[in-house]
Amino acid sequence: MELIIFYIFSALTLAAGLFILLSKNLIYGAFALFLAFLGVAALYVLAGADFLAVSQIMIYVGGILVLLIFGIMLTQKKDKSDDSTRHNRVEVPVTRKVWGFVAGAGLFGLLVKVILSSDFQMSGEEMSTKSTIRTIGVELMTSHLLPFEIAAILLLVALVGAAYLALNRNPTA
Amino acid sequence: MTAIPIQYYLLVAAALFCIGLAISITKRHFIGMLLGIELMLNAVNINLVAFGRHDPERLSGQLFALFVIVVAAAEVTVALAIILRVYGRFKTVDPDKVNELKQ
Repeated sequence: MELIIFYIFSALTLAAGLFILLSKNLIYGAFALFLAFLGVAALYVLAGADFLAVSQIMIYVGGILVLLIFGIMLTQKKDKSDDSTRHNRVEVPVTRKVWGFVAGAGLFGLLVKVILSSDFQMSGEEMSTKSTIRTIGVELMTSHLLPFEIAAILLLVALVGAAYLALNRNPTA
Repeated sequence: MTAIPIQYYLLVAAALFCIGLAISITKRHFIGMLLGIELMLNAVNINLVAFGRHDPERLSGQLFALFVIVVAAAEVTVALAIILRVYGRFKTVDPDKVNELKQ
């Protein structure tokens, strides 16, 4: 039963990724990325990471994806114009596609070969079905306190930096 | 929770990572490249969570994935601010056409 659900969500995630790869319109790609993030969150749940799945949905779908869609819409540009004196440009960007396909397929072949030939010996016992929130909270406040504080400062610096970069977009005004 | 072998997670994550790599190479748009990078980060997180399944007392994998999510959020905000500045200056989002620091 779990295996069937795993297959369904993996297929959803990979199909969404392939749709982003093949679609011309970036808005459709952003909405397909929404499906991919939801599929990844479902895979987290199947791996026993409930808190991480909820934070994935809140941070990625609620924050990053909205930000990306804003970015796409703010940088849209009309390619077509009615100016008849403008030259028609025929763009054939084929080398980029070839190299992208070669790099992706080659790395995938290599990774599949490594994964299928590996033999993992897991020492710890399998996770039980209890919630992970308590463990994550205790670990964040005890042994991972320094990375936690560094992450807080990083978020503050990113906030200030992004606000500064985006505020004075027009230096002449 | 014991039904799914870890190799399945690793294969799905490898496929997702390679799709993200191909997207970030193929797209001729800065934000398209960002979409690819987000997919690659998610694939890495799947690996971390799949291995963290065998560490129920300390959950190091899930904590690492949490920090990866935080850093990805910071990266996307700064990258979008930079893309908006570049668009305001060069009026294009094609990485091939943005090839100088000063105009």
